[in-house]
Amino acid sequence: MSAWESVIGLEVHVQLKTQSKIFSGAPTAFGAPPNTQACAVDLALPGVLPVLNAEAVRMAIVFGLAVEGEIAERCRFDRKSYFYPDLPKGYQISQLDEPIVRGGHLDLETDDGAAKRIHLTRAHLEEDAGKSLHEDYRGKTGIDLNRAGTPLLEVVSEPELASPEEAGRYFRTLHTLVRTLGICDGNLNEGSMRCDANVSVRRRGSLVLGERTEIKNLNSFRFLDKALAFEINRQIDVLESGGTVARQTLLYDAERDETRPMRGKELSDDYRYFPDPDLLPVVVTQSMLDQARATIPELPAAKRRRYVDELGLTDYDARWLAVDPNTAAYFDAAAAACGQPKAAANWVMGDVAAAVRREDAAWAEVPVAAAQLGKLIERIEDGSISGKIAKSLFKSLWDDGGEVDELIAGRRLKQVSDSHEIAAIVRQVIEANPAQVEQVRAGKTRVLGFLVGQAMKASGGKANPKRVSELLREALSTDQS
Amino acid sequence: MTDARFATIADIRTALRSRTTSAVELAREHLDRIARSELNSFVTVCEDDALAAAREADKQIAREGQSGLLGVPIAHKDVFCTAGGRTTCASRMLAEFVPPYDATVVTKLRDSGAIMLGKTNMDEFAMGSSNENSYFGPVSNPWDATRVPGGSSGGSAAAVAAGLVPAATATDTGGSIRQPAALCGISGLKPTYGRVSRYGMVAFASSLDQGGPMARTALDLRLLLRHMEGHDPLDSTSADVGPTPREADRVGLRIGIPREYGRDLDARLGATVDEAAAVFEGLGHERVEISLPHTAYATAAYYVVASAEASTNLSRYDGVRYGHRTESPADLDDLYARSRSEGFGAEVKRRILTGTYALSIGYYDAYYRKAQRLRRLVRRDFLDAFAAIDLILTPSTPSTAFEKGALVAPDETKDPTVMYEQDVYTVPASLAGLPALSIPCGIVDCLPVGMQLIAPHFGEDRLLALAESFQRATDWHRRTPAL
Repeated sequence: MSAWESVIGLEVHVQLKTQSKIFSGAPTAFGAPPNTQACAVDLALPGVLPVLNAEAVRMAIVFGLAVEGEIAERCRFDRKSYFYPDLPKGYQISQLDEPIVRGGHLDLETDDGAAKRIHLTRAHLEEDAGKSLHEDYRGKTGIDLNRAGTPLLEVVSEPELASPEEAGRYFRTLHTLVRTLGICDGNLNEGSMRCDANVSVRRRGSLVLGERTEIKNLNSFRFLDKALAFEINRQIDVLESGGTVARQTLLYDAERDETRPMRGKELSDDYRYFPDPDLLPVVVTQSMLDQARATIPELPAAKRRRYVDELGLTDYDARWLAVDPNTAAYFDAAAAACGQPKAAANWVMGDVAAAVRREDAAWAEVPVAAAQLGKLIERIEDGSISGKIAKSLFKSLWDDGGEVDELIAGRRLKQVSDSHEIAAIVRQVIEANPAQVEQVRAGKTRVLGFLVGQAMKASGGKANPKRVSELLREALSTDQS
Repeated sequence: MTDARFATIADIRTALRSRTTSAVELAREHLDRIARSELNSFVTVCEDDALAAAREADKQIAREGQSGLLGVPIAHKDVFCTAGGRTTCASRMLAEFVPPYDATVVTKLRDSGAIMLGKTNMDEFAMGSSNENSYFGPVSNPWDATRVPGGSSGGSAAAVAAGLVPAATATDTGGSIRQPAALCGISGLKPTYGRVSRYGMVAFASSLDQGGPMARTALDLRLLLRHMEGHDPLDSTSADVGPTPREADRVGLRIGIPREYGRDLDARLGATVDEAAAVFEGLGHERVEISLPHTAYATAAYYVVASAEASTNLSRYDGVRYGHRTESPADLDDLYARSRSEGFGAEVKRRILTGTYALSIGYYDAYYRKAQRLRRLVRRDFLDAFAAIDLILTPSTPSTAFEKGALVAPDETKDPTVMYEQDVYTVPASLAGLPALSIPCGIVDCLPVGMQLIAPHFGEDRLLALAESFQRATDWHRRTPAL
């Protein structure tokens, strides 16, 4: 065990998926041509004024309620001043000391099944800046203000995360939560969640926090993990060689896998915060709270508990299914349709997940309706079709759509379980394969499989294989006696 | 009304209704006077657009008759954005700026049928009390061209006083409507903060800026206010209170005279305000001495708060997206530093520096926070006083129009705070967000003197009614400069 331990706190910027920006009516959709989604307010033309988007406030309240934080009855916005070309007003509208949410917590599932509670300091609303595009312009910097004014909820944790692994777990838990709440699309590759990490190390067992550094703008689970690992090792090396850690702001360079100090343009020693006189204080009423509360869906932890306790799934399956709200919704619908949660879980985690991966499909848009998957499972369980046929049917449903019972009837796929019909086939197989029959009778039971296969083939795959096997054994033993 | 140049809006409406003149004729007459004027009160004149609009107005008058401000020529202070028309704020920074939208005030007045003839000169970004801080040069006072018209709405005030337009829009942050109205001998109203939308009005100090009208009479102010006010979803601080009512005149109002005002006032100016108070007594109102104990702190608090807000409001002028950009900057810092150094005038830079200082770590508590506390105390003074009285009467300015160059020097050798003291009577009501107006109440040394009336929040009706009754009883508002 290392002589050092790390202490990590995360500030995660969650992009709220409102239709329009937090202080203007411009759309927030990702990927539009540069500067086509920036209106006069986003461009900070003279004389324009911010108007708060009520939907962003509602989403912040939903988040605050979901993490059991305290929603401020009254909060306000402040101006945070610094000069940078992608910050059009020369200040960012944020919340300094009156955030909309204080406190709250996230419970992380650990491998031994116990939960570790991470407390939140606060969550506050602010606007995103635009993007500086350094790559495409030789010797110049392009500015895209489409992102300027996109609503962010900055979720700040207490420094209670003990390792990069735990920090990753926290980030993932938050990712699942905000997607379940429907307040963020969670598309990390589009920057929908970006994370700043505060990191320090100290002698194991020490109660005093070491000097910390802040790593800015980590936008994937992998980079968060690698950047933290690098930075923790760097700090330990500094301390072990007798140096001191300097408080500084760092950027993680993924290509070189290292952190290095940020060059100062976006940093200021003094942001000169003061209340924004263009915006009135936000007053959160009881009815706003009640309305927000009514929209909160089943949260991931409760979902996992229900899967285990009520549906009898394993812990592993429950976690697997509950990570992504769209996967969980698909599973819930399929399980409800067939009344067979375990079978539904196997299908969702097996064939459906494989197809989703293969086709690079979205769980929200799986072409096989959950009700059809339920019906398919029902027809397996009631013996109408074999598992093998079911798999080919699933593929056909995925590719061409259709209705399970109609496909079974139309393609004469219904499994043959009728004893007379199967007995006739079995008799044919025995007559046609005397040598193999002899071997079975001589005790080579392995050969029985061959005979079953022949019978299945003769039935066009529709015979119930279990029944075939039973009747073959019966016939052979009867003949012997 | 003997001289048509000084017709009121009421007169103009009558003339349009009786078809003794037309909107086009009015526009031409006024445009002609503007072209011949040497006051430098206009930054931009919109002749073609004005005549086109006037022709449309005449058609509408022929069809439906005259109503509202249909066919009435006006001017906008160049702080209000006009779509497709240069909006400069009298700054080099915005000398070429053409906004793609109209200010709400501009839209409303256009919808009322008013014909905009052009944009008036002002102190750069509305910072100043003499209109000498303009990139386009100083404005002269029509009563004496060697004197200032006041500021920051000096262009609007001079234009109205000289008969170049019967009315103009203006803005008031610490006195920028009332002080130039007083110095030019016209009527000017700063409405309650929130009464008139700030959307499209280039910001100086957001918690104080308020648009309002300038005209020859209180009656015209009321008419203009009706077409400027109203809740605007584009301005979060705009008040949802409905239009200013028109209630029956009341007698027996208690008019408070604050003993803290006018201590350093020229005795002859003081005497005119005394006489005005006597007129009100003659009209059946009561004069009551009151105390507003925190008045002495108002100017200091105002300059801290206003500069703090301005320092961030003006951060957007960085040479990146629009506005003045320096030639071949070496790097980003150079782009910022030189664009802003070249684009802003001395007074604007001073306010940015003052405001930046007041908000800095280590100074925030001593300056910004303390100023906000004083602001609350000043506001409390007024609210306490209004528990016992209906209106407050004060002088508008400490002096009549002063000589150009008396308080500012190009080499920055004059103490800027002497100019700031020009606002000593107007700033307290601004800090409290109260409606206040200035109307003429005398002449001293051939220069007009103004008095200020202050009402409780959203008390514009009472304010205007009292001013109207004063103007029925006196003729100070009819005095005009010899042109």
